[in-house]
Amino acid sequence: MYHYDDFDQAFVDARVAQFRDQVDRRLAGDLTEEQFRPHRLMNGLYLQLHAYMLRVAIPYGTLDARQMRKLAEIARVYDRGYGHFTTRQNIQYNWPALKDTPDILAELASVEMHAIQTSGNCIRNVTADHFAGVAHDEIADPRPYAEILRQWSSLHPEFSFLPRKFKIAVNGATHDRAVIQAHDIGLQVVRNEGGEIGFAVYVGGGLGRTPFVGRKVRAFLPERDLLGYVEAILRVYNLEGRRDNKYKARIKILMHEKTLETLKGEIEAEFEARDRALLDLPPEEVARVAAFFAPPALELKKPVSDRVERRRDKDARFASFLAANVTPHKAPGHVVVTVSLKPIGAPPGDCSADQMDAVADLAEDYSHGEIRVSHEQNLILPHVALGDLPAVYDRLASVGLATPNAGQISDIIACPGLDYCALATARSIPVAERIAQKFGDGAKARAIGPLKVKISGCINACGHHHVGHIGILGLERAGEETYQITLGGSGDENAAIGQIVGPGFSYENVVEAVETIVETYMGLRADASETFLDAFRRVGLAPFKEALYERSAGSDI
Amino acid sequence: MALWRLGGFADDGFARLADADALPSDGAVIVSLGRWLSERETLTARPAPVGVAVEAGADAQAHLADLAGRPLIALAFAKFADGRAFSYARLLRDRHGFRGELRATGDVLIDEIPLMLRCGFDAFEVENGPTLAALEAGRLPGPAIHYQPASGAVAETSPGPRPWLRASAAEDRPLSRPRGPSADC
Repeated sequence: MYHYDDFDQAFVDARVAQFRDQVDRRLAGDLTEEQFRPHRLMNGLYLQLHAYMLRVAIPYGTLDARQMRKLAEIARVYDRGYGHFTTRQNIQYNWPALKDTPDILAELASVEMHAIQTSGNCIRNVTADHFAGVAHDEIADPRPYAEILRQWSSLHPEFSFLPRKFKIAVNGATHDRAVIQAHDIGLQVVRNEGGEIGFAVYVGGGLGRTPFVGRKVRAFLPERDLLGYVEAILRVYNLEGRRDNKYKARIKILMHEKTLETLKGEIEAEFEARDRALLDLPPEEVARVAAFFAPPALELKKPVSDRVERRRDKDARFASFLAANVTPHKAPGHVVVTVSLKPIGAPPGDCSADQMDAVADLAEDYSHGEIRVSHEQNLILPHVALGDLPAVYDRLASVGLATPNAGQISDIIACPGLDYCALATARSIPVAERIAQKFGDGAKARAIGPLKVKISGCINACGHHHVGHIGILGLERAGEETYQITLGGSGDENAAIGQIVGPGFSYENVVEAVETIVETYMGLRADASETFLDAFRRVGLAPFKEALYERSAGSDI
Repeated sequence: MALWRLGGFADDGFARLADADALPSDGAVIVSLGRWLSERETLTARPAPVGVAVEAGADAQAHLADLAGRPLIALAFAKFADGRAFSYARLLRDRHGFRGELRATGDVLIDEIPLMLRCGFDAFEVENGPTLAALEAGRLPGPAIHYQPASGAVAETSPGPRPWLRASAAEDRPLSRPRGPSADC
């Protein structure tokens, strides 16, 4: 993984000093809250319903054991003993005191971490496939490009006061695990006919109150042109993005209002006019950064482990864990272990300091010290030898982290909702908890198969409900929480925005409605191998509508 | 209000002319973009320097190239959070070859000045009290090292072999030599 050199370290240290000074000036009254706001936001500090919230960047979701232990220590010393992993591969602390935040940033800087640009109207933490470097279907590791973009975008003098936030995601495999088409810029690593690496470039994706799937503006952008082209997109956006209405300020709206052809033309013209010498990516620099991400030397091992097979036969729970949470590694005899942060009946993505330490220990003992955070709010041990699985599983189980539900109906993405967020219009975490309790992590959930449920507590869509196979949006109507359900959304390479199934459901009835949807799917699927999404694409909304509104008493509007 | 440049506070040699004001026969003035467009011939024929004040918007973008020959362009930040003028500055300096004084006006705050400098601004009309105090104390916040090249008009050094890293000059941050009508117009 990437390691800071003297320059990188000096940069984050200087940034901590700058923020310390800004906090001092705020506390002294030299900065108004309005003037302080963009600075605290550029350092990841939000003012939430109950307190400040600090969002720490985990660039492209890769971290090591030492960094995870520091996150645990911060949770213990400065927060209430836990943290919350987010859909953008970050971690949030919900209870820091303003006066402590410079110290927290200094602690982070001591392990090569920061909170730079995790919020604010700037280029946010660049995200990537959480299976980068270990996936079978990888064209190239996306993280060197994400790191190059991270550096280039850090405190960019021209792009720190954009019309609105700006998110970039990079995917390096054929299967899109980074939801790139829901980002302002989505970069898909591709090879051209000559075998050269480049990017398919998508612009204008985004969720929120007006969801759009990103549009392809370039089928093949040569690797060399990465920064030049991204700069051209950002400049067009900075100049022309709307600033009169923050809900219409994202580049997706500019794309929508100008049309793809016009915006693409402007981007290309800006790109053509660039100073070519300045931002071209030299192959040596790509190679230098890529070297940091070279996979660890893994011993070749047998692709089958007797120890694992014996345990599988006698331990149904372990067998479920193998089926749901273990993915093949590109190195034979190794696997990628997903550590679910979705225990049944608890807030999705929360992790205690003790659990973070336990994962750090496991990473050191079994995963070459490396950990990943996925946008699905789970942790990943990327390099585990197959034969070590029973030991890893037992240690995870001892700290409540062996929930065998990765990718299943109870592996839910949910925003903090009305319980924590000042913007929310409805609860989301309790709905997620109730759905998880209803379906569990056992035989019932396994029979349903892969199913992504995503819940947002307001139209800002932090829970990504638009791209949930089942999406749930909590709204407030006449003082009551009401939940709108969408079906058929998807965040992968066939990205789609879910379709609204019909009138909303009350807090009491929303779980029953999900149950009706699931039963309808189970009844109409061709066979057990036809997933919910495939079945939905075959049959459309009609059978679900009928089940929800004609045959059942689930609807209450 | 005070005018600040990298070397310190300076006298403003330019007078701001409202659109209704009569054009004085001598003395450096700043006129609005609208007036520049409608009285361009008169203004160009005038021997004393004429700078142009530009508000962010479609007009600004359309006329940047036209203005590149002016001795001074004042770009307004109506609100500090409106970042369009950062891009105008880059375009003026790096695409249109503007070498005159590039002045930031409006909501100019201390934490944005280092970014403005890197985009090619070299003069700042400052009203905000804490910003004035910080500038008087000679304090510019933020890292003096950078992850990306700035405007070509800014003299920065490369602190090593990594291609995009830059460092501001150690004592005074990089600038084209402060200029004003009294010095070279």
